[in-house]
Amino acid sequence: MNKKLYLPLLIFLILVGAFFIQLRQNASGGDPKLLESALVGKPVPEKVMQGLFDNKDYTSGVFKQGKPILLNVWATWCPTCYAEHQYLNELAKQGITIIGVDYKDDSAKAVKWLKDLDNPYQLVLKDEKGSLALDLGVYGAPETFIIDGKGVIHYRLAGDVNEKVWKNTLLPIYNQLLEDGK
Amino acid sequence: MKKLTALLIMLVAVVASPCFAAIDAFNFSSAQQENDYHALTNELRCPQCQNNNIADSNATIAIDMRAKVFELLQEGKTKQDVVNYMVERYGHFVTYNPPITVATILLWILPALLICFGLAFVFRQKGKTLIKNSSQDISTENSTVENLSDEQQKRLKALLKNKE
Repeated sequence: MNKKLYLPLLIFLILVGAFFIQLRQNASGGDPKLLESALVGKPVPEKVMQGLFDNKDYTSGVFKQGKPILLNVWATWCPTCYAEHQYLNELAKQGITIIGVDYKDDSAKAVKWLKDLDNPYQLVLKDEKGSLALDLGVYGAPETFIIDGKGVIHYRLAGDVNEKVWKNTLLPIYNQLLEDGK
Repeated sequence: MKKLTALLIMLVAVVASPCFAAIDAFNFSSAQQENDYHALTNELRCPQCQNNNIADSNATIAIDMRAKVFELLQEGKTKQDVVNYMVERYGHFVTYNPPITVATILLWILPALLICFGLAFVFRQKGKTLIKNSSQDISTENSTVENLSDEQQKRLKALLKNKE
């Protein structure tokens, strides 16, 4: 038998393998639509933002706290943000500092939401026009960034923070940064 | 005739409408700026919907990006500046034109490699069949002469002699 006749079969099997691996990844929660953040390794963009509660101006200095913090982009119009809110409350109780960015939202609604559902944030910045979010490369809510003690972004998570994601992905990075900061 | 005109107008409307899918009320300061705006919104990809450009998409982020493009153009930035601005924030994904980086090198090299491989394959195949055919011809000739029985060999020789 001519060995070349097996070539199509070989190509077919390689394709089967490739599709199988990708489908397995999708099934186990890997999202092929995820984008890498262009800002990993860069500091949080310089921008003066107003606080949600006090309307005071805050500079990007608030992201340099000498210990790792989370930056959470959220909005009241976003159902996934509602889903992750409880877990954020839990994280806040464990002593993790979270700064919120209220993304393209109505401030009155946002204040009411935090009163009703508890406030896990150390500080909430208003981003009514989405300008800080644009500088952060945010393309939807919720998104969560891990920032080290010097205000440098180390990871971007698009999607909700829940127990699985926190334990598998975010916590190891957070702990690593905690180690490095010492 | 009237019907035909109406039909034509409808056809033009249907064909032309996707080009103006998103209409924003911007006051451009020059025709050049307007052209740049349309060119940019057509070549920047929406990071949310992923297979639309930001001109065609009405995702929140696409609307914001269009506004930002306009704002940057108003500030006197060039087209390349605007593209760089977006790439800095959203990565190379936002342009439909990937640059050569370590991650994309395969995209650029693979087609060329495939063409070379294909050409090599085709020429090798051709050469092989030629050699095969000619060698086959010789061997069949030889074998036919050898396969003849003694009587036939004699007859063949006699015939060839007669011819001479």
